Amino acid sequence: MNPALLWSDRTAFLLVTELRLPRIAAALLLGAGLSVSGLVLQMLFGNPIVEPGLIGVSQGGAFGAAVAMVAFAPPLWVVQIAAAVTGGAGLALSYTIARRFRFGGWILRLVLAGIAVSALFSAGVGIVKFVADPLSQLPSITFWMLGGLATTTWPRIAQVGPIIVVGLIYMWTQRWRTNVLSLDERVSFSLGAAPGRERMALLVAATATTASLVAISGIVGWVGLLVPHAARRIVGADSARVLPVALLLGALFVLASDTIARTIIVGEIPLGVLTSLFGAVGFIWLLMSNQVRVIR
Amino acid sequence: MSVVELSGVSAGYGAHTVLRDVTLAVDQGEIVAILGPNGVGKSTLLNVALGWLRPTKGSVSLTGRPLASIGASERGRIVSLVPPVDHIAFEYSILEYVLLGRAPYIGRMQTPAQTDIDQAHEALARVGMNAMAAHGVHETSAGERQLVLLARSLAQDPMILLLDEPSAHLDLANKRRLVELLAREAAAGRTIVLTVHEPEFAAAIADRVVLLRNGALLADGTPESVMTADLLTRAYGVPIAVERAAGRSVFIW
Repeated sequence: MNPALLWSDRTAFLLVTELRLPRIAAALLLGAGLSVSGLVLQMLFGNPIVEPGLIGVSQGGAFGAAVAMVAFAPPLWVVQIAAAVTGGAGLALSYTIARRFRFGGWILRLVLAGIAVSALFSAGVGIVKFVADPLSQLPSITFWMLGGLATTTWPRIAQVGPIIVVGLIYMWTQRWRTNVLSLDERVSFSLGAAPGRERMALLVAATATTASLVAISGIVGWVGLLVPHAARRIVGADSARVLPVALLLGALFVLASDTIARTIIVGEIPLGVLTSLFGAVGFIWLLMSNQVRVIR
Repeated sequence: MSVVELSGVSAGYGAHTVLRDVTLAVDQGEIVAILGPNGVGKSTLLNVALGWLRPTKGSVSLTGRPLASIGASERGRIVSLVPPVDHIAFEYSILEYVLLGRAPYIGRMQTPAQTDIDQAHEALARVGMNAMAAHGVHETSAGERQLVLLARSLAQDPMILLLDEPSAHLDLANKRRLVELLAREAAAGRTIVLTVHEPEFAAAIADRVVLLRNGALLADGTPESVMTADLLTRAYGVPIAVERAAGRSVFIW
């Protein structure tokens, strides 16, 4: 498009300001939010292979949102609250179950519990889809599950933006502190932390941020896992340095993915499909490259 | 003044009582070794002194104040635990890891300042590991790892240093180095309480030995008065003889 059109053509102006710009803003927020939340969850669980999608937050959020969509045909904020509540419930459930597993180390237990909880919520989503109206509700649920920013508008961003921004700012302030909280609970206690309280505050920030993002974008997977790993490869393990890099890298990664999703074919590839593709391939490559060691 | 004071402390995990009615006062600059067989409650005693485990009975004071009345950050400047092992999920450099010891001095929303980095280097130098500061903490041997854990607690500069089985992974040279290092720290006024399961190490390091049996105090006094054949035999439940060789006690089992 010729940039000059922006000032002469009303349609072009609206296209940019009402469609493209909010979508770019949403992509940046989404990438930054998912990456930082993913990093914080990894630190809190002392587990480098945690991400919202692996420990029940995303699927839990999806279930809540789907139920809300079918039951009330509600405004966005209701979907959002439903997603936040069930996303938090998914995390709590994964954590509780993992603590009770009598099999494997902590990393394995948490991932296994997350898989089981995610599967439970996926089954729940399946049931909701089954009872949904196939003409109006089902397509919107399905599209939302695949993840994407096609329906982003300024008002939608305005509804969730504050939560995401506050969550990000809080997590930013804790970027060094999360190192301390990644250690054994007794050790971080000995270092003068109040691990229970501090972890809970960060957990709330990460979950609220993720659930708010899920409400505008649906499920966009793998970003929270892959981006912190990539950032650690660039700057080392200290989360005070990893967090800013993950924030930036995540924002750019999702913006680039969304741009590709929007332009590579006529119509649109769902964003979540693309990030899963890039993310899974990137993750396999990372784990095979001998740079990631999990020691427990 | 007693820096660490446990009076009538019982503690345990859930319904399982481990420590029974332990009373213990440690003065500033003392090195006290808690000795006893596996599972007798040595680590539990450290957990109670750290504030990590609340006693079910009795009370704990640090520097004359009830432990429960001390806030988290201040507690971190008063007392530090050197665990036998630490789970480290991320590949920190040794310096980054030791820097975590500065946490009680760094605001919750802040990152370390240059003075904190200097202190971390200084702590590493004291355990003889500063040359390895840039190495990955995962590249260290078990013995080096233990020295790094100690350096982290030294960076914390606590008045009271609690060490849980510090000699477990150390070879003879490193044990000797640890003995000298802790003696210097104590001479500088730091109070040191450590758990030990080998009598030899307790004899080499401690001003005072506390012998536990079944979670209760069996004896408390100088190494010579506590580590007798009779008391050790009662504590460990197997016959133990004590001989003197080259001015030191040797324990034969």
